[in-house]
Amino acid sequence: MRISVTVNGQTHVRDVEPRLLLVHFLRDELGLTGTHWGCDTSNCGVCVVQLDGVPVKSCTVLAVMADGHEVTTVEGLEKDGELDPVQQGFVQCHGLQCGFCTPGMLMTARWLLDRNPDPDEGEIREAISGQLCRCTGYENIVRSVRWAAENQEAKA
Amino acid sequence: MSTPMGFGRMHRKEDARFIRGRGGYVDDVQLPGMLYGAVLRSPHAHAWIRSVDTAAAEAHPKVRAVITGATLAGLNLDWMPTLSADTQAVLATDKVRFQGQEVAFVVAEDRYSARDALELIDVDYEPLDPVIDARTALDEGAPVIRDDQEGRTDNRIFDWEAGDRAAADAVFARAEVTVSQDMLYPRVHPAPLETCGAVADFDKVTGKLTVWCPTQAPHAHRTLYAMVAGLPEHKIRVISPDIGGGFGGKVGIYPGYVCAIVGSIVTGRPVKWMEDRSENLMSTAFARDYHMRGEVAATRDGRIQAIRVKVLADHGAFNGTAQPSKFPAGFFHVFTGSYDIQAAHCEVTGVYTNKAPGGVAYACSFRITEAVYLVERMIDVLAAELGADPAELRMKNLLRPEQFPYTTPTGWEYDSGDYQKTLQLAMDMAGYDALRREQAEKRARGEPMGIGISFFTEAVGAGPRKHMDILGLGMADGAELRVHPTGKAVLRVSCQTQGQGHETTFAQIVAAELGISPDDVEVVHGDTDQTPFGLGTYGSRSTPVSGAATAMVARKVRERARQVASAMLEASPQDLEWSVGESGGAWTVAGTGASRTIQEIALAAHSNLELPDGVEGHLDATCVYNPPNLTYPFGAYICVVDVDPGTGQVKVRRFVAVDDCGNRINPMIVEGQVHGGLADGVGMALMQLMAFDEEGNHLGASFMDYLLPTALECPSWELGETVTPSPHHPIGAKGVGESATVGSPAAVVNAVIDALAPYGVRHADMPLTPAAVWRAIQGDPIRTDLAIT
Repeated sequence: MRISVTVNGQTHVRDVEPRLLLVHFLRDELGLTGTHWGCDTSNCGVCVVQLDGVPVKSCTVLAVMADGHEVTTVEGLEKDGELDPVQQGFVQCHGLQCGFCTPGMLMTARWLLDRNPDPDEGEIREAISGQLCRCTGYENIVRSVRWAAENQEAKA
Repeated sequence: MSTPMGFGRMHRKEDARFIRGRGGYVDDVQLPGMLYGAVLRSPHAHAWIRSVDTAAAEAHPKVRAVITGATLAGLNLDWMPTLSADTQAVLATDKVRFQGQEVAFVVAEDRYSARDALELIDVDYEPLDPVIDARTALDEGAPVIRDDQEGRTDNRIFDWEAGDRAAADAVFARAEVTVSQDMLYPRVHPAPLETCGAVADFDKVTGKLTVWCPTQAPHAHRTLYAMVAGLPEHKIRVISPDIGGGFGGKVGIYPGYVCAIVGSIVTGRPVKWMEDRSENLMSTAFARDYHMRGEVAATRDGRIQAIRVKVLADHGAFNGTAQPSKFPAGFFHVFTGSYDIQAAHCEVTGVYTNKAPGGVAYACSFRITEAVYLVERMIDVLAAELGADPAELRMKNLLRPEQFPYTTPTGWEYDSGDYQKTLQLAMDMAGYDALRREQAEKRARGEPMGIGISFFTEAVGAGPRKHMDILGLGMADGAELRVHPTGKAVLRVSCQTQGQGHETTFAQIVAAELGISPDDVEVVHGDTDQTPFGLGTYGSRSTPVSGAATAMVARKVRERARQVASAMLEASPQDLEWSVGESGGAWTVAGTGASRTIQEIALAAHSNLELPDGVEGHLDATCVYNPPNLTYPFGAYICVVDVDPGTGQVKVRRFVAVDDCGNRINPMIVEGQVHGGLADGVGMALMQLMAFDEEGNHLGASFMDYLLPTALECPSWELGETVTPSPHHPIGAKGVGESATVGSPAAVVNAVIDALAPYGVRHADMPLTPAAVWRAIQGDPIRTDLAIT
């Protein structure tokens, strides 16, 4: 099937198998390897991207379902050489170790702050509860998102 | 946060790529002409293979090769050695021995076609009775799993003991109080979010094999590939790229890696193989599965005198535990824990079952997790028997500072400790007395609340080569340090980060020794062509071994710099003094202001400066560090839980963790590692379980069934620290990566059992799911009937 997907502002037209997962489309077809794959059952969330601004697990979305839609991946967070505050927050607060869950966490964090610029700890935990991290025990991810909330205008 | 000239908090250098989605993991490797592999796995736990028909798969238009056990047998690669000097089938030839075992390997043009072709392979199985419950593995008439081993008539792998049985028995015979408790540390899996995989690229022209693989031990992999496949070792390059979590599960060599290599040799093209999550959970290294009976002898007033343990260890179908040859049960015999106990004895029997191989994986420091859980549960069982406060009982029996270095009844030499101080700090932080008062009030209202304590001593940094090896390879690690003419440095180490932040912390070690900025030190690791030999990162050994090597090699560089500085300053080397000031490291002529910075010396070392005889110039150095002893970090953990008696739901309300890992290179990173381990403890205590049905079907083969803690199950961790440096480590550091995983499960379980005490519960096995807790409240705690005689 021929699909047209706008990823990080750039439109890509490709012929794909109907069964191709969005995560594999992004990684293997477009070379956007920042989005990871981890479980196939929508449990781990390392594949989270934004589809029309809403976090989705791209291992459970077919590429053809993204036809005509806009996808934002971790590679799209940095704009004009400026890191998104959530990216800065994860560095400031040691919100990552192995880095594998980080892109998905960042995409959900961005969505959360877009809807709720001042989330409390419970709201942050709720927002990331569909995603797993095996390294941080979540503590510093929560702090990272709080840092981003408190530094929405931060430049880096 | 500013960058310190050495130790201290600094942001991680590696973060820059990860937050941009520019990490480079194995599945990100793309090579021209690359093919994709997929593994066909056994649906049976135990079955003869009567035939394997690959004709239809081979006819698939996108398939380039189908490899079976028979193919490998022709290359003498159908079996490979495990890390315990057992053998493991790469692809099964005679029979399958666990569900998920590798049977065939398809190489195709793309991922999806490789998977499609698996469906076209027809395997004729003849099912056999499996051995699933380890407690039946030694029964008369039990099916013999490893009939590939000549002369084998049962499923016993080893019987092993440590300590002094007679001495322990004598104490027990006259003890005022004895307690006994059976407990299971169930089978769990480390489940890193990145599964295992490999890209193999064999170049027929040069004869060079390059393997990208997320291995925690790249050098050991290279040597084993050379030994197994007969490939010359200098023609093998193992590249361990960014790793999406390891936790011990990425130490060993898995059949898929070997298949990818063979696939590349057969097709002449690079081959990528990535397992899926079910494959990861079903076939890669599990952890624990220890059936234990603990016994403690004590005086009526709570002085612990002796401890005995019997263990039945389920090792799965192949003995694949990574551990020193001398110690088939790993370091389990450190089970006297943090206490002053005069006599101890343990015996461990290892058995084969029809389950996946593995054993020492999951941040456990070679079975210390099991040992700590055992002793910490037993202390609480004793406290319940005596009616004593568990904190007081621990305080009374902990080793005292003046007893260090302390040799345990089973032969471990603890390097340093100040245990009471650490426990007291944890109690102060938790507000222990106030918590007990709150608990009493809640109990009066029928609201179960529990306070659980765990005090652990770890033994990490394996290890002294006379005692410790993996498959005969000594556990020393190398380091190389190059200092460029402009004073910038490149450190090459054998260990490999899986998220521990070595690019930052190892740069900090060099920075501290040379008085330069960590930003001026590049750390190279994970590539066997670029780094010196060493056994890698597991068992919390990076800082104790490679970190020590790094400090020592930097000191060598500093000494070379002294020689050059003496030529520069026209002074005798012994008249020079080293100092690190605001502007960095420098050699100064004692009593004068004449001084040269390390950068000035580096430039001079590469210049036309005339050097004395015997001084080579340049500052580069290498070293190999053979640790004289392990390091023994320790800590005190206190967990507070609330239990809903109607549903059995456990809520971890608070968790206080005081860790003592000696000197901390980067406290931010230490705290992060502790956080992660504490989450592991909550997960193992309350959620994680690799269960099997009686046919050997794996009941936890996805994240829908194998439950891992999310941000909602984890409380906000409360950390504290004490610092008792290791006396023998060059920078006084001890390993810490696994401390929290080792120490925390017992704290959570002790808290839950404490909450259930009013219901008469003295023990229930992990995971303490709502169902398990509810049954315990009803007087029917599951699995407490485990009997090992």
